[in-house]
Amino acid sequence: MKETFSLFKPRKLGTLLIGRKTLTQFFGVFVFLVMSVLSFSIVEANDFELALQDLGNKSRTKIKKAIKELGNQGNPAALPALEALKGNRLRISDDGVLIILNESGDKGRNALSEKQVDLKALNLRKPRINNSVRRVLSSTIGKLQLQSSDPNIRLAAAEQLLKKSSGGLVELVEKALAKETSDEIREVFFLVLAKEGLKSDDKKKRLQSLKIIKKFGNNDFKNVLESLLRKNEKGEFLESYSEVRDNAKKAISSIERRQFFIDQIANLFYGMSLGSILLLAALGLAITFGLMGVINMAHGEMLMIGAYSTFVIQNLFRDYLPNLFDWYLIAAIPTAFIVSGVVGIIMERSVIRHLYGRPLETLLATWGISLVLIQTVRLIFGAQNVEVANPSYLSGGIQAFNGVVLPFNRIAIIIFVIFVVILVWTLLQKSSLGLQVRAVTQNRGMASCVGISTRKIDMYTFGLGSGVAGLGGVALSQVGNVGPELGQLYIVDSFMVVVLGGVGKIAGTVAGAMGLGVLNKFLEPVAGAVLGKILVLVLIIIVIQKRPQGLFALKGRMVDD
Amino acid sequence: MTNPEAQIKDVSVDTSHGCILYIEGLTVSFDGFKALNDLNLYIDEGELRCIIGPNGAGKTTMMDVITGKTRPDKGTVFFGQNHDLSKMTEYEISHAGIGRKFQKPTVFLNHTVFENLELALKAEKNVWTSLTKSLSGEQKDLIEKDLETIGLTEQMNLRAGLLSHGQKQWLEIGMLLVQDPKLLLIDEPVAGMTHQETERTAELLASLAGKHSVVVVEHEMDFIRSIANRVTVLHEGSVLAEGKMEDVQEDPKVMEVYLGS
Amino acid sequence: MIKTISELHSFKGWLFNFLLLGLAVVLLPLLNIWLPEDSAWHVPNYMFPLIGKYLCYALVALAVDLIWGYTGILSLGHGVFFSIGGYAMGMYLMRSIGKEGVYKSDLPDFMVFLDWKELPWYWYGFDNFIFTLLVILVIPGLLAFIFGYFAFRSRIKGVYFAIITQAMTFALMLLFFRNNTGFGGNNGLTDFKRILGYSLQEPSTKMGIYIITALILFLSYVLSRYIVKSKLGRVLIAIRDAESRVMFSGYNTLHYKLAIWTLSAFLCGIAGALYVPQVGIINPSEMQPSNSIEMAIWVAVGGRGTLGGALVGAGLVNGAKSWFTVAAPDYWLYFLGGLFIVVTLFFPKGFVGIFSRSSSKNNKEVILND
Repeated sequence: MKETFSLFKPRKLGTLLIGRKTLTQFFGVFVFLVMSVLSFSIVEANDFELALQDLGNKSRTKIKKAIKELGNQGNPAALPALEALKGNRLRISDDGVLIILNESGDKGRNALSEKQVDLKALNLRKPRINNSVRRVLSSTIGKLQLQSSDPNIRLAAAEQLLKKSSGGLVELVEKALAKETSDEIREVFFLVLAKEGLKSDDKKKRLQSLKIIKKFGNNDFKNVLESLLRKNEKGEFLESYSEVRDNAKKAISSIERRQFFIDQIANLFYGMSLGSILLLAALGLAITFGLMGVINMAHGEMLMIGAYSTFVIQNLFRDYLPNLFDWYLIAAIPTAFIVSGVVGIIMERSVIRHLYGRPLETLLATWGISLVLIQTVRLIFGAQNVEVANPSYLSGGIQAFNGVVLPFNRIAIIIFVIFVVILVWTLLQKSSLGLQVRAVTQNRGMASCVGISTRKIDMYTFGLGSGVAGLGGVALSQVGNVGPELGQLYIVDSFMVVVLGGVGKIAGTVAGAMGLGVLNKFLEPVAGAVLGKILVLVLIIIVIQKRPQGLFALKGRMVDD
Repeated sequence: MTNPEAQIKDVSVDTSHGCILYIEGLTVSFDGFKALNDLNLYIDEGELRCIIGPNGAGKTTMMDVITGKTRPDKGTVFFGQNHDLSKMTEYEISHAGIGRKFQKPTVFLNHTVFENLELALKAEKNVWTSLTKSLSGEQKDLIEKDLETIGLTEQMNLRAGLLSHGQKQWLEIGMLLVQDPKLLLIDEPVAGMTHQETERTAELLASLAGKHSVVVVEHEMDFIRSIANRVTVLHEGSVLAEGKMEDVQEDPKVMEVYLGS
Repeated sequence: MIKTISELHSFKGWLFNFLLLGLAVVLLPLLNIWLPEDSAWHVPNYMFPLIGKYLCYALVALAVDLIWGYTGILSLGHGVFFSIGGYAMGMYLMRSIGKEGVYKSDLPDFMVFLDWKELPWYWYGFDNFIFTLLVILVIPGLLAFIFGYFAFRSRIKGVYFAIITQAMTFALMLLFFRNNTGFGGNNGLTDFKRILGYSLQEPSTKMGIYIITALILFLSYVLSRYIVKSKLGRVLIAIRDAESRVMFSGYNTLHYKLAIWTLSAFLCGIAGALYVPQVGIINPSEMQPSNSIEMAIWVAVGGRGTLGGALVGAGLVNGAKSWFTVAAPDYWLYFLGGLFIVVTLFFPKGFVGIFSRSSSKNNKEVILND
């Protein structure tokens, strides 16, 4: 230590002169060291460039060798060229210069210098590769991606490794693991190691691996684990240690439990998504049925009209405001509400008003209206489904965990529905219009006596109910097909929600819709969609036995139906 | 379900204690509102009791409970000693011998007066006999007698929808009589009737007492005075006062709540 | 019994009925058999299954009138009972094909196509006509009984009931659309060859079935007339008008509703069974809710609660449908939809009601009070 410091002790200039020989010696060593390092990197760079260059070789064997070499060198800078090769975007010019094309193939850049090149000036050849080259290509890309600076790429690479395990990865993964900071990626690395660890001869290592798999593994591991429990032809277990076998069994059940839990969460989410759509569809129906005792068979068509309004707005934006395309949805919401609301009001004024007190006739008359509406839409827009595209902010989804993707459009719909329900609830409970609506719902005669214009209220309520259904159509357009018969698909379910949830309280409709949505989704994997529907119907009939007025209906001495 | 055979057999009511209707501690609430609140009421066999009270006092709800339309939350309702009304269906109660006339006349508008009575007539009422049996001579006579009692002999073949309001009320009473019930529950029989019609109704009801037990709900004070023996005043779901008409009228509690003068 | 039956109609009424019957069962066939084909009065062969089809619809309309026109129960799912009877007959006809199908196998063609190796258990017995007949007579009624029991017991009425029947038919339609359910999936059962040994291509067979249909319709009409004229009918009408009062008068309305509901399903099942050999196909679209709702409009158009009105309505609406689907298919739905609206708004008593606003004797007016 002391000597080291003495070496670096500042000396007067004079003393330097004295140690010139030493200094020169040191300087020489220094230069030599620098030159070596430099030459190494130059050599390395050269090696890298050489290998990269060889990707364009005419011989497939050389290409394979080059790929493996790049993999061994471990330089992530090779990735663009390798990925281009995989994606058939790598070209070689006559001078042997490697060119990487962009996605649409109209621009290219030099693989080494990254400079743009003029494609038209060059004569380009495609490198010939076959499946065996592709295999090496894939695993090398995977290896290099593990070292990428982008955590998303690292995660994806790690998961790829997990799926296609090949030996010799262990050191690579251990190296990457040591550098890895993200917990999520570390987990995957552990699993890769564990998968290899199961093949180890050391029993302790196998047990350790099992512990990790038990904690983090998913369904993909079941095969591997079950192979540990297999017997050979003589009936003996391949895995001789019972402790290992037991742990394997525990790991399997742990994985199954976890998977079950995840599946149920996914079902819950999709059930809520379905329920939220049902809610929008049924809310309008509950309002009009509660108010007027009218079951509007054309209610489904209000949904359909809302969806088609969205379609029209989408097209308008596409044609006239393409830069603002993503905003079409914002414009579609009030449009659908108004269009459906107006159609509803027209229905009420022209037909339904005259059939007050005769619910069965109203049912038939509104069915007739629905036929007319469907046929009109068919004649205008055609009988086929029309395309409504998700705006960009609703495409894709978030990866929740372990293969469960929650699409953005469904999440948005759930939020939207909550918002609408709160709005409607506030309107009904807090506004003066809402007060009048509730009064007429509970006792029409009395409400009229205290001066409420029941006709006007009927009109507004019907408009509101139809408008809400129109909003439901907007939501539907984002997750499903839009065709003239859209309404027919949802009308039966909407009815079921109203029957089950009761009429007169929004809570009932919410409970009914969510309940049915979730129930449907949970029954689907068990019984299939059709049997699920039948079971739901039977269930509703059973519930009605106990509570004929539905789960949340208004109690009291109502007029005898 | 009740044995259909038993429907026509005399479902005898045990009135050995003299009381035909026991209501004890009856409580019925609708969505938090107490329509009946610990109601106690006893009707003797053969008496004619009038129930009065302001709107919302619980009169119709009480009838609903007796006839099985509404189930009580608490309390007991017994017809005689042996029929627990809270456990019987409407038609079983009707067979046991309780008949009810509703506030709004609920005759069958599309049937003739005769047919209305034919339907109400005490007889076997199951599906098969309805399909196969026609009216016997005896039964026809009973109906015709009843028509005389209610004064609608001329309108025998007229569709009930075409009757006047008062006539509809009588038809309904006639339907009640022809059922030959032991206990009649009559909800506002003279609402909308002329003075003469009211008098006739009073006579009719008064003549029924003794052979039948009658409970009448009404607002028309003169009518009640002319028929009533004992009067029960209901208020907010329970009994406010009970006794002879004169006594009840003088009761300060009653005056404060209802009569005013 | 004869006396009672003779009381069902006035003399003129019976005369009218028998004339119609004679026209259908005697005159038309004779006009076909006796007259040469180029004669103006010759009734061509294709008329018989066509009229037979309408007669089946008329039988359904009768059934719907019994429960709706008279008892006030609107069903939007009666197509289910019609279809079950139809499928039962279809299964018998499928098995009667024997080995003459496309695949020359013991199994029906669609099963071979699905790669099934043997007949599912629920197809057993359908090679026997008596068994099939029993199924047709019993199963629709039984299904109706069970459904009706639970529905009526919980006092579901009016629109709620209608909606639940709609859901029932919808669910069953979905079930039958599945190939796995084993009833031919969305193609249904078709390509029939023979019934009871008689070839279905022969005009004589078709005429025979037509005549049987007409006779069964006639008998069903007489039965229905008997019911509505009896006290049972009056109770049903009373239930329609004021069910509480009926209960308070001592009737167990559950029994009554259940009885007429089951009978109605029974008649529909028979109608379906007669329908299938005449149109040559049965598929799940018969169970779609819109079909059942159309059945209600036949009765509404003709005139509810009159029996005769139901028959007239079935003929009118289906006749219009046949015309429109050929002449102006795009407008059929407008016509049908408009019919629903106009009849309920302006002609609640239907076609028959237009003509009988007359004497109180023939007073068939119904005070619509639902």
